[in-house]
Amino acid sequence: MTNSRAEILARILQNQPELSPLPADLVTVTHYDNPIENFKTILSNIGGLAVNVLDYQGIQDYIKTHFPDQRIVSTLAELSAVSEQGWENLDPHSYENVDLAIIRAHFGVAENAALWITEDLMHQRAVPFICQQLAVVINAKDIVETLHDAYVNIADSVYGFGTFIAGPSKTADIEQSLVLGAHGPKGMTVFILD
Amino acid sequence: MNTAFKDHSELSDLFNKDEARVDWHDETLWFVRAKRDKAAHGIPEWESLREAASQIKNNVLSNLQDYLVEFEENAKKNGVTVHWAADAAEHNQIVHKILKDQGVNRLIKSKSMLTEECHLNEYLKNNGVEVIDTDLGERIVQLAEEPPSHIVLPCIHKKKEEIGDLFHEHLGTPAGMSDPVFLTAAARKHLRETFVTRKAAITGVNFAVAETGEFVVCTNEGNADMGAHLADVHIACMGIEKIIPKRNNLGVFLRLLTRSATGQPITTYSSHFRKPRPGQQMHLILVDNGRTTQLSRPDFRNSLKCIRCAACMNTCPVYRRSGGHSYHTAIAGPIGSILAPNLDMKEYADLPFASTLCGSCSNVCPVKINIHEQLYKWRQVIVKEGYAPAKKAIAMKVMEFTLSSPLIYKNAGKAGRWFMKHAPFTVNNKLNLWYDHREMPEVPKESFGEWYNKNVKND
Repeated sequence: MTNSRAEILARILQNQPELSPLPADLVTVTHYDNPIENFKTILSNIGGLAVNVLDYQGIQDYIKTHFPDQRIVSTLAELSAVSEQGWENLDPHSYENVDLAIIRAHFGVAENAALWITEDLMHQRAVPFICQQLAVVINAKDIVETLHDAYVNIADSVYGFGTFIAGPSKTADIEQSLVLGAHGPKGMTVFILD
Repeated sequence: MNTAFKDHSELSDLFNKDEARVDWHDETLWFVRAKRDKAAHGIPEWESLREAASQIKNNVLSNLQDYLVEFEENAKKNGVTVHWAADAAEHNQIVHKILKDQGVNRLIKSKSMLTEECHLNEYLKNNGVEVIDTDLGERIVQLAEEPPSHIVLPCIHKKKEEIGDLFHEHLGTPAGMSDPVFLTAAARKHLRETFVTRKAAITGVNFAVAETGEFVVCTNEGNADMGAHLADVHIACMGIEKIIPKRNNLGVFLRLLTRSATGQPITTYSSHFRKPRPGQQMHLILVDNGRTTQLSRPDFRNSLKCIRCAACMNTCPVYRRSGGHSYHTAIAGPIGSILAPNLDMKEYADLPFASTLCGSCSNVCPVKINIHEQLYKWRQVIVKEGYAPAKKAIAMKVMEFTLSSPLIYKNAGKAGRWFMKHAPFTVNNKLNLWYDHREMPEVPKESFGEWYNKNVKND
């Protein structure tokens, strides 16, 4: 096994072409007059739903109306009134019957409605994937224009796991018919705090 | 599926027996191609993005040794166990050993074309390990005991009624039920049960970042994440060419990948795995399997820039009408046809000829691989090395003989025109490979040479 490492590296060194320089970082010309509106449009195109709210009370009211009598977990202390307590350190398999998980994202991206979420915002990595419905809270000011801006924000931050999530889980593997809820959440609600 | 001793043209004939299905296949893929165009046109700097991606990949190939060492060092610091595999056999043995050490004999796998290339499922099955593919399309072809026919849309060749039959047989759905929403829900239930009971998960890798040691896996279904975050052991398998230098290069590649593939602005999940979660084991296998040989071929090395979006397949007039299985290799279509001869020039000698050289593949490639030029170059290499298909080789020899002497050429032309006019059955038959796929032209009265002598020379 150690031999393979040395052999592969030796063959690469022997065969790789003369050094070709890394290009300068790309200058983007994509620009949105209203990134929040663009984010909302794209999110709805990919099967998600954006909800503007004034404060956490607004989120709680929305949840009480739209997700009554369900198993709800949240990583946001502000939403403890509508979510289960003491769920954080269970075996991740036990979240299989969570109806709604509400977590926070660092920021959203206007060009593709993706939300950047690292594991400190999930408590457990499985949470945003195993729940039946996912809700994410972001601040309106935290919507950047493109993925390039996103990686400027992420910079050299350290995380064990991070992910861009854009809309609910989906598949079109059967005759290109789009179906929401392949394995992960069947729906995604994004609360935008003004 | 038994594809032994059949080449692309014979396998295409099989696919083309059902003309209605060919039309449907063609239209479905063209629909995906049209979505790609719409997405690409929505980005004003699309062409600069392609150029940037191409240059980053050129840099990667020219500095691959250093980047791999840097990646390995960082991945190890992150707590990931890194393995190196010279070929498919070693890759499969490494996977098997990891499973054996953990006492695991059942695992789940999300999409990984590398494991298809290495025939991992077959190897593990022969060693008593059960593998369940979790990507819906891959699960469908697995139930049908077929390989994927497309790298992004594995069961694009299947009609929903056939999928309904498979699910009825294997998952107990009602007979005759073929509604995609219903079938997807049935698969969700079946696979969720699998996710929560398997202790090991395999994923592929879309990009691996040298500067941080993290790797990125993109899915729409969420199956890679469901598998990896619930399993005690996560094994990620990647070809050595998947390295990119810096984290912010991901901005370029993630903007291109899914727009080129399906026309979506990004996959639902673009997951960055850097460290195992507490108590979890994370393994990463770096696989060569012919890639360093391809790197040694100046005319073909930049095929290693491929990010597996499949845009070249969706646009290819041959792929759309011959189906993925006609390529008898894990990666079908134009890109597969320039990758496969590197692995086995004899077995895949037919593939570079499975193209019209129209160049559409090169035009849509997000990393600017000159695919159609490489197809043309492979043809020359294959003929020179003596691997050309026998019938083609004889035809070329006859052509060489005919064209080598003006007298023979003149007489052959005359004879040809006479036969086509007076005895058309001698050319309009199955022995004539040209006629097999085309109508023969109307016979001219005279050759250009004869016409020229009569009309121009005497002026």
